[in-house]
Amino acid sequence: MRQDKSFEFARTLLSIAISLALAFAIIALSSKEPLAALRYFIIGPLDSASHIGNIIEMAIPLVFTGLYYSILFKSNLFNLGAEGLFFSSGLLSGMLGATTYMPPGLHPFVLILAGGLLGALLGLIPCAINYKWGASTLVVSLMMNSILYGICMFLLNNKFRDVSSYTIVTEPFQATAKLARIIPGTRVHAGAIIAIACCVFLYLFLNRTKWGYELRMLGSNKHFAEYSGMGVASIMFLAHAISGALAGIGGSVEVLGMYSKFQWTSLPGYGLDGALIALLAKSNPAVVPFAALFIAYIRNGADMMARLSDVPAEMVALVQAAIILLISSQALLKGLRERSLLSKLKGENANA
Amino acid sequence: MEPLLEARNISKVYPNGMAANRSVNFSLQKGEIHALAGENGAGKSTLMKILFGMEKPSEGELRLNGAPFSPSSPQDAISKGLGMVHQHFMLVPSFTIAQNVILGAAPRKGLSVDWKKAAQETADLSAKYNFSLDPNKRVEDLSVGMKQKVEIIKALYRGAKILILDEPTAVLTPQETAELFSQLFKLRESGITIVFISHKLKEVKAICNRITILRGGRNMGVFQVSDVSEQEISRLMVGRDVALKYDKDNIPPGDAILEINRLFLKNEDGKTKVSNVSLSVPGGRILGIAGVDGNGQNELARAVMGEIPIASGEIRICGKPATGKLQGVRQLETGYIPEDRMKQGTAGDASISDNLISIRLKSPEVCSKGILRKKKISALSESLVGLYRILCSSADQKVSMLSGGNMQKVVVARECSTSPKLLVADQPTRGVDVGSAELIHHKLLELRKNGTAILLVSADLNEVMELSDHLAIMFNGQISAYFEDPSQVSEEELGLYMLGLKKQEGIS
Amino acid sequence: MPSLVDMLLNPSFWFSVLRVTTPIIFAAIAALITDKAGIMNISMEGTMLFSALAGTIVSALTQSAWIGLLGAMAAGVLLSLTLAYFTLELKTDVILGGVAINLFADGGSIFILYLLTGDKGTSVSLASKVLPSVTIPLIDKIPVLGAIISGHNALTYIAAATVFAVYFMLKSTPLGLKIRAVGENSSAAQSVGVSAKKIQYLSLALSGLIASLGGAYMSMAYLPNFSRNMTSGRGWIALAAEAMGQGGVLATSAASLVFGFADAMANALQMFSLPAELVGIIPYVATVIGLILYSVRIKNAKKRRGASKKPL
Repeated sequence: MRQDKSFEFARTLLSIAISLALAFAIIALSSKEPLAALRYFIIGPLDSASHIGNIIEMAIPLVFTGLYYSILFKSNLFNLGAEGLFFSSGLLSGMLGATTYMPPGLHPFVLILAGGLLGALLGLIPCAINYKWGASTLVVSLMMNSILYGICMFLLNNKFRDVSSYTIVTEPFQATAKLARIIPGTRVHAGAIIAIACCVFLYLFLNRTKWGYELRMLGSNKHFAEYSGMGVASIMFLAHAISGALAGIGGSVEVLGMYSKFQWTSLPGYGLDGALIALLAKSNPAVVPFAALFIAYIRNGADMMARLSDVPAEMVALVQAAIILLISSQALLKGLRERSLLSKLKGENANA
Repeated sequence: MEPLLEARNISKVYPNGMAANRSVNFSLQKGEIHALAGENGAGKSTLMKILFGMEKPSEGELRLNGAPFSPSSPQDAISKGLGMVHQHFMLVPSFTIAQNVILGAAPRKGLSVDWKKAAQETADLSAKYNFSLDPNKRVEDLSVGMKQKVEIIKALYRGAKILILDEPTAVLTPQETAELFSQLFKLRESGITIVFISHKLKEVKAICNRITILRGGRNMGVFQVSDVSEQEISRLMVGRDVALKYDKDNIPPGDAILEINRLFLKNEDGKTKVSNVSLSVPGGRILGIAGVDGNGQNELARAVMGEIPIASGEIRICGKPATGKLQGVRQLETGYIPEDRMKQGTAGDASISDNLISIRLKSPEVCSKGILRKKKISALSESLVGLYRILCSSADQKVSMLSGGNMQKVVVARECSTSPKLLVADQPTRGVDVGSAELIHHKLLELRKNGTAILLVSADLNEVMELSDHLAIMFNGQISAYFEDPSQVSEEELGLYMLGLKKQEGIS
Repeated sequence: MPSLVDMLLNPSFWFSVLRVTTPIIFAAIAALITDKAGIMNISMEGTMLFSALAGTIVSALTQSAWIGLLGAMAAGVLLSLTLAYFTLELKTDVILGGVAINLFADGGSIFILYLLTGDKGTSVSLASKVLPSVTIPLIDKIPVLGAIISGHNALTYIAAATVFAVYFMLKSTPLGLKIRAVGENSSAAQSVGVSAKKIQYLSLALSGLIASLGGAYMSMAYLPNFSRNMTSGRGWIALAAEAMGQGGVLATSAASLVFGFADAMANALQMFSLPAELVGIIPYVATVIGLILYSVRIKNAKKRRGASKKPL
């Protein structure tokens, strides 16, 4: 076990190291003042409380989509529907935030709950279609992103729009609806606490509950789950509902924490990032926040570098792509692993 | 006469230490139909894989037409004139017969495949050997027997002079089998040499010239088929190397736990796999089902566990009709050691501990109100690891890191430790080291002592003979013999029933 | 205010349908080729985007639209081969690999543009050489039809030719036979000496090549320069078209046309009081329904036959 984990860990570290080396190489090659650029990239995001706050603030939505994919990966399921759910729930919470009245504290809680419920319901749709008719979950979830986006934009534009504004936004949220800032001098909001709570909850759910256990067994070997007498279909529905709820909560938290009115006019793009975070965290909810912080850190670094030097921020996309490719490469370092396994087997035979 | 193809002193040892072939000699004369017979695991497949370039021998050499021959890939073997018809057909379902035949060796006309020529050549080959195949028919619409003919034509199209048929009749109806035989004679007449892998002795007698018998990876002899009786072949094929000895506690049998009544099972293609089987197992007894693989034993075990639907007849467990759903049968206090521990029996990248509790989620010791009780689970796992001597660093180790024997012990530990009323054990020690096998046997006997009814399916004669209180032998989906007391039966006699040479009167 | 009927009767509307369908058709056919070889390639969006950039840069540098097109093609093939290397050699999950390629192209294209020109997002200082439009003699004289079919960019005609070439290739050539065999039952292909890996490499390369033409169309025909995320989801739409076409070249092309029609319609309907957002989702809803209908059919056929054929 220890050996296995350390191997996975080594592979993750190696993937990150290669990707960062790639980043450094790109900076060195493309910048006229590489050392300064590198300094902005590496130290910039950490050099003041407000910069560190930026990292945390950016990590919050990443935690939610990271959890979304962690649950799916753990159950060996996959879809690309996080975007649409994130957007829809964000709009629902934003709209309700502008039009409902509730005491502070309770208000955002109810709104986020509503967002989570909507996410869970929407998340079940591709799963149900697949279960009932066998259509590909991946393609249906992709289509749903566009459909939900279209419906949301229609609703925003025609039903919830603030007519006094020149841009397509809702009316401003009630003061009670917004998530409070929790660290002075930064924009870090209470969503960070919710994100951590979700990670803890999911960690416990996966490792300490019957349903989490069944979900993990389904992910490890579907035939084994069936053979053991588990209801495989209901586990699949459960996985989709939970991941959908997480994306929904994430959308709501992001909208209520970062904005004073709903103002997205395009899909926020957190969907694919979630897959990256889950890969980095090996789908372990306890590691997801760290993976999210890491990605937020290199993004903020890239942003600072772009503002203060001559290297554009999009460099970070190359790093992210490299990380995904390397981490998901089953064959990377495989030779090493096989050799260690072989020597282990030999040791076992000698003992036996 | 110099042999067409010859294998000299072939040994094959797999990396896990299993010796599949030990100094095997095999020679093929031009124009003969040569049977290769042996039980499962006797080394037939390995030898054929070596001939066909799919495996490299650890020792020994091959000669083709007197010249050294070491095929590096199936493609290489094909180009040297070998053709193989696998048991699982290698066909593209949506393609037509002609498309399947010419795949990878298509005649061209400009940029395009010359479809006319492809169809014509397929039709010609088909006509030449009386195969009556329509080249433009889609393979997915063909019967199993037709698909097999497509495979043969495929090999012939590539110029095969030596045709290896891997248990070709296993999937055929009697009529199709008869048809195949007449076509094989036709092929032999036209100079094609055929290797016929089978353990159906009547068929071997009917069409083969010579026979090579393998047992335990060794060559037990080569004979003119006309010179040996089916009984002699059976004696050479079936037998045990070392007899196991276990002490069985003498306890009275309990109530009937498992009752099977006039059971019929069909596979997905509608072919009957089990017909008219009636058996019963009381508590505290082990019923062994012996037979050569593929004679319906596996289907019987799976039907009892509710994994495959019943065509007709009835299965009752503790008096209750089995629901036909695994989930339901699981709730009747049953344990199940499945045939394939990797595919079904374990979740590879989950821990040993996780693998041990999958059927205990309803037990308050493991899970209460949906919350897993970590401490109890880990205590339970530790004790099972100890009791079943599972060699591991801790119960948190991944199951996929275990050796085959230890992995199987995890399955056995899980299924036996719940003290089931009924245990279905399908090949419980296949591919398992001797030490683990012995431990598993002891655990089965322990269950027996505690009143569990055990249905033991095994191709390992040693195992069924030694463990079973009663023994049924399956051949071709039917019970060909039932022994109240198997200790009185000789191995030779068993062989006759297993290979379908004899059938008890008055059975089903 | 013009009526819907007027719009549908106006040849310029149908001209615009073909115009917006062109990149979708390229990408959908690209997806189809790998699908046929058993690979779910979702990197079309990224491949097109990256090729669009390469086309702009190379054509601007060489001052030749056609050499620019070659540059775009090379970029598309290179990207696809990268994906192929990771999935086939390093055993990266092909969908995650596709996700990575899309991420890379999204950021990488802007990054490279900035490095070369200092432009952020749009190639202001770097105008593409535009590929020529073609007036088809005789046909352009036919009333209505001429106005719809003639006068398109060369790549639109290349797209049509590609459809038929790929149709022929898959249906009738030895290579097409091998690709389909590998996708449907790779062990059957292996058993007769067809290397699945080689075929999958080849189909990914072909897919990159064809998707790159769609990318080139975006930056060298549809618009005369490169701009950030200019493919705006066409690669994903193409995946939907391919799923709706269910492996048929002609059906996939027809599905692409439906999307093109819906796209052109959404543009045109902005003149009317219909909500554009809802009109815009029609093709996606249609895809989901089409997929469901197809899957039901497969399921029923499977039940009838009792055989185990994997639905797509």
